[in-house]
Amino acid sequence: MRDKIRIASGQGFWGDLIDAPYNQVTKGEIDYLVMDYLAEVTMSILQKQKNKNPKFGYARDIPALMKRILPVCKEKNIKVITNGGGVNPIACAEAIIDSAKEIGIDNLKIGVVVGDDIKDRIDEIIETGCELNNMETGESIKIVKDELLSANVYFGAFPIVEALKQGADIVITGRTTDTGLTLAPMIYEFGWEADNYDLLSAGTIAGHILECGAQSTGGNFLGDWQSIENMAEIGFPIAEAYPNGEVVITKHENTGGKVSFETVAEQLVYEIGDPKSYITPDCIANFSTIKLEDLGNNRVKVFDIKGEKDTPTYKVSCSYSSGYSAVGTLAYSWPQALTKAKAADKILRKRLENLNLKFDEINTDFVGYNATQGPLSAEIDEDKINEIMLRIAVRSSDYASVERFGKELAPLILTGPPSVTGFAGGRPKPSEVVAYWPALIPKNLVKPEIKIYEL
Amino acid sequence: MKIKLKDIAHARSGDKGDAGNVGVIAFDDEGYEIIKKHLTAERVKEHFKGICFGEVERYELPNLRAINFLLHNTLGGGGTVSLKYDAQGKILASAMLRMEIEV
Repeated sequence: MRDKIRIASGQGFWGDLIDAPYNQVTKGEIDYLVMDYLAEVTMSILQKQKNKNPKFGYARDIPALMKRILPVCKEKNIKVITNGGGVNPIACAEAIIDSAKEIGIDNLKIGVVVGDDIKDRIDEIIETGCELNNMETGESIKIVKDELLSANVYFGAFPIVEALKQGADIVITGRTTDTGLTLAPMIYEFGWEADNYDLLSAGTIAGHILECGAQSTGGNFLGDWQSIENMAEIGFPIAEAYPNGEVVITKHENTGGKVSFETVAEQLVYEIGDPKSYITPDCIANFSTIKLEDLGNNRVKVFDIKGEKDTPTYKVSCSYSSGYSAVGTLAYSWPQALTKAKAADKILRKRLENLNLKFDEINTDFVGYNATQGPLSAEIDEDKINEIMLRIAVRSSDYASVERFGKELAPLILTGPPSVTGFAGGRPKPSEVVAYWPALIPKNLVKPEIKIYEL
Repeated sequence: MKIKLKDIAHARSGDKGDAGNVGVIAFDDEGYEIIKKHLTAERVKEHFKGICFGEVERYELPNLRAINFLLHNTLGGGGTVSLKYDAQGKILASAMLRMEIEV
C-alpha cells in the first residue's frame, strides 16, 4: 500500500480553463487527475446532442485533451478519472481510443461506468411503485414524463474503484458525483472498507474541496481577494491523501493562487445544506467535524472527519422541457440613464400587454444599479451614473409570445427614450427552458456496470 | 458602534435548486462570536427581504468559524428556469456582507 497519493483537480466545470489539466500533469508530481464536467443542466444539453448524433453526448473537449496529456500520463503513470462521459460514456471511451491510436499509444485500458442512464426505464421503474417524486414538490414524475429529456442516477466512488481494480488507466463515467471522482482512488489505493464511513467521509470532503477547481485555491475568493497573487497562472487544487484519512490540500509550486485556511473554508461552505448531513451515494459526511490546519506554504491539512452510513437511495437527476425564454439588453447613457431605462421598460411592458401575449414571467434588471443585489443595492445619485444596461427576460410555454418579445426590443431605439445603444446582437431568440427534477430511487433498482475498452 | 459584516467575515454563495446557500466565515474567533450572536435566521431573512421569499435555515460550523444559511425560494425557480441576472445566487455572499451590526 502506498503511504500517500496525490490527486489533482483538472476541471471545475465544463468550460473551465482548458490548460488546467495539462498543467496539473506537467508542473509537478501527481498520481491521479480527476475532472468534473457535469452540472445539473449539462446532462440535458448532452442528451440533446446525442439525440442529434448517437456518437455525441459527452464532453467533446476530452479526446483533444487526451491527445495532449496521455503521453505524459503514460510516462508518469498518472491515472485519469472523469465524469465527462455524460450521457454517452461509451462513445467517449471510443473517441479516446481513436485519439490514443493517432498519437501512437498502443497500450491503454479504459474503464467505463454505465448503468446510470434510466431515461428508457422510467415506465418499468414507476411500475415498481417508485414514482420518482420531485424532492422539492413531492409530485410524481408522471406529470412531466412526456417532456423528459434526461434521467440519470448519481453513482458514487465504488464503480470507479471497480474499474481501477480491473486495471483501468482511464475511468470514464456518466452521472457520477463530483466527490466520488476524488474518493475512488483513496478507496482503491488504501483499501478502505465500504463501511468505514469516517474514511469515506474524509475522501468525500476532499472531493468537495477539489470539485470546483481553483475555487479552493484563491479563485472567486471573497476574503482579501487582492492578496491572491498571480491569478493569471492560478494553480488548481491537489489533495495529498493519506491512508488514515488525513488530507493536505495544496497546489503545484510556481503556480499562482493561494491555499490557506480562508480559501479552503470558503470552498467548504459552497453549495452545502445541513453540514451534518452531506449525503452522497457512499456515505453521509459531517462537515461540522472538519478541522483545518494551515501548515503554511500553500498547504492546509483537513482532518478528524466523521461520517455515517449511506442512505438506501440514490439521487436521480432528471431534466424536462418546460417552455421557452429569451433575454434582451439595451444600454442607456447619461444624463438620466436610469430614468430612461426605467421608462423604456415601462413602454415595452405596455406594448407586450397590448399584444395580449402570454408570459409566465417577465423580469427586468437594471445592470449598473440593482441587477445583482436587488433591494439591497445602495441608492444612486443618477447624475454620477454614466450608463445603465436594461436587461429584460421573459419566459412562457407559448413559443410565439417569446418570439414576438424578441421583435419588440429593437424598436425601442427609434420609438422610446433617447441615449440608447447596444443592440448589435440581433433579435433575442427563444431558447428552450430545461427544468430540473431531483428525485430518489431505491439502490436495488439500479446497478452500475463496468465495461473495459483496450488498446 | 456599527460595523459592516464585511469587516469581520468573508463568505461564499451558490445555488441548491431554488434555494441559495450563503456560508459566512469569520476572520477570527472574536468575529465568530459576533456573527454567532447577530446572524440569526430572522435577521438574515429580514436582510434579504425582497430577495428571499421562503424560510431561512441556519447551521453553525464552529471548527471553520462559519455559519451556513439556506435561503429558500430565492432564485426565481433556480437553474435554467430563472430569469434573474444572478440565477445561481453567486452574488448573495456579497449582498450578505453589506449587513450592518451593532457591537
